[in-house]
Amino acid sequence: MPDSMVVVVEQRDGKLNRVSWETLTAGQALAAATGWTLDAAVVGKDVANLAREVAAKKVRKSYAVESPSFEPYTPDAFAVGLKQFIDSRLPKLVLMPHTYQVRDFVPKLATAMGGTVISDCVGYKKEGDKLLFTRQMFQGKLAADVSFAGPPPWFVTFQNGAFRGDKVETGASAAPVETVKAEIAEGVVREQPQAVFKEAKQAVDLTQAEIIVSIGRGIKEQKNIELAKQLAEALGGEIAASRPICDSGWLPMDRQIGSSGQTVSPKLYLALGISGAIQHIVGMKGSRTIIAVNKDSEAPILEIADYAVVGNLFDVVPPLIEEVKKAKAGS
Amino acid sequence: MLSANGWGLIYTYAFARPFVETVSCREPALKILVCMKQVPQKDAPLKLNESGTWIREDVSYEVNEPDAYALEEALRQKEKHGGEVVVITAGPARAQQVLREALAKGADRAIHLEDTAFVGLDACNTARAFAAAIPGESFDLIFTGLQSDDYGYAQTGVILAELLGWPHATIIMQIEKKESGIRVKRELEAGYFQFVDMPLPAVLTIQSGINKLRYATLNGIKQAKNKPLRKVAMAEVQSSLSGNLQKIERLYVPQKTKNTEFLEGSAAEIAKKLVDKLRNEVRVL
Repeated sequence: MPDSMVVVVEQRDGKLNRVSWETLTAGQALAAATGWTLDAAVVGKDVANLAREVAAKKVRKSYAVESPSFEPYTPDAFAVGLKQFIDSRLPKLVLMPHTYQVRDFVPKLATAMGGTVISDCVGYKKEGDKLLFTRQMFQGKLAADVSFAGPPPWFVTFQNGAFRGDKVETGASAAPVETVKAEIAEGVVREQPQAVFKEAKQAVDLTQAEIIVSIGRGIKEQKNIELAKQLAEALGGEIAASRPICDSGWLPMDRQIGSSGQTVSPKLYLALGISGAIQHIVGMKGSRTIIAVNKDSEAPILEIADYAVVGNLFDVVPPLIEEVKKAKAGS
Repeated sequence: MLSANGWGLIYTYAFARPFVETVSCREPALKILVCMKQVPQKDAPLKLNESGTWIREDVSYEVNEPDAYALEEALRQKEKHGGEVVVITAGPARAQQVLREALAKGADRAIHLEDTAFVGLDACNTARAFAAAIPGESFDLIFTGLQSDDYGYAQTGVILAELLGWPHATIIMQIEKKESGIRVKRELEAGYFQFVDMPLPAVLTIQSGINKLRYATLNGIKQAKNKPLRKVAMAEVQSSLSGNLQKIERLYVPQKTKNTEFLEGSAAEIAKKLVDKLRNEVRVL
């Protein structure tokens, strides 16, 4: 029997997350490269419908792993339930999206199974018989190819945007769907989650902005934000920031771009003094054009920029504001 | 063990209790362990070692930012409820700086797993080493930063909880002590949050921005020198470790996926070039 792998997709409120398709695309590519079989699993209270939706894609089998204890999500229930499922099917490789929910339970699950997670990967390589998973290190300044050194099951999580969800292959015919009941004993779940909520109504919807001027630590002081605001105003765009700026209270939280803030894809993303930590980049890498100004020539943001200026933003921005104003007045 | 620290003499916080043992069980004080890590400074240029599997040691280091927030939160909880804050790190001699800073800010004592080899442990072995270094401590809470700026695994805290058999919650933005256990605020994606109630003891991974960081005072820095710092050698925890379950085969500068055009010249020239791009290439002017 060939080795097998399983993609555990993520659902919330009866809907599959977009990243689920990305991970499935990764699984299909890995299956083609290794010759291993590919299954999918949806975890939840009542998810047979979702398992059927996944079964339309090119997979051998689609599982609905069900228990009333999976709703609402807790790391205890997910780790115990998935351990039962993995123990019964023995996949060599278990793939998941690197979401906040997966981050919350997968290290626990892997540890309970004597395994390990290579987390937040952006790709894979197959060298001979060896599978390597590529992940960013040092906030994206370096990349590492990482291999498994212990026995399976091997867990891998893929970063949001690492694979194209719209490239997921459809199967020739629907794959069989199997419902597996997980037994979550009383007392296993120790967390009592309350309802999910949004802090306040978001005042700004940055996802609709065509031009975003975004600032990071390089802005140095709160009063310097005025300079970036003037540039945003001249360009007719919105001001935004990386997490540290909002943490400091220099801009409201609803101006934050990144995994914990908004995900944007404007026509122009102008990054001032942003080094480009992974958590920020996942929120803006879909922008059509990225211009980065940073004094550090090794800043990861420069890697994904279309146009880069290595220099002091306080030197570059004032003349830029004037040039933009001139250009606008002239047109 | 606690009374030997002498921190009761040092601290004048209104809520701090000098001796944990005397506190009644109705309003128990919190004994908190904070796991901290020393990482290369954010702007430090990194050089690869000869084998291309790690960076060279000769860079400037600083405390992992989310760990600083974890420490701050522990200090605030202690100020509110009384108790003790212990900090722990694993790494070579240089990592002691992180503990010294924590002691200067108000941590009561420190544990240093001191060996260069700790740098190369995977998340599971790091968690095992921490667990092996704290037998008989009976902490109520263990805090870690939500992830490190070097490896970025985001796993050590959760693994430690599993090894200890404790519940955990990740990416925490608020902690409130309840009659029994705690209520925490978890950050979810895209601006969503959730409150979770859980019993103690528990492990929490702390998000940056949960609080405002304090600075160490001159007095604090002076007093830190007299606070207990226990060193743990690799040999003392070795039997709890196994071979790493994952291996960095190679470390490298990532290949560029984009053809970045670097604009050079004086500030005025760069401004003109940028406007030209905005007008003719990006077409937003």
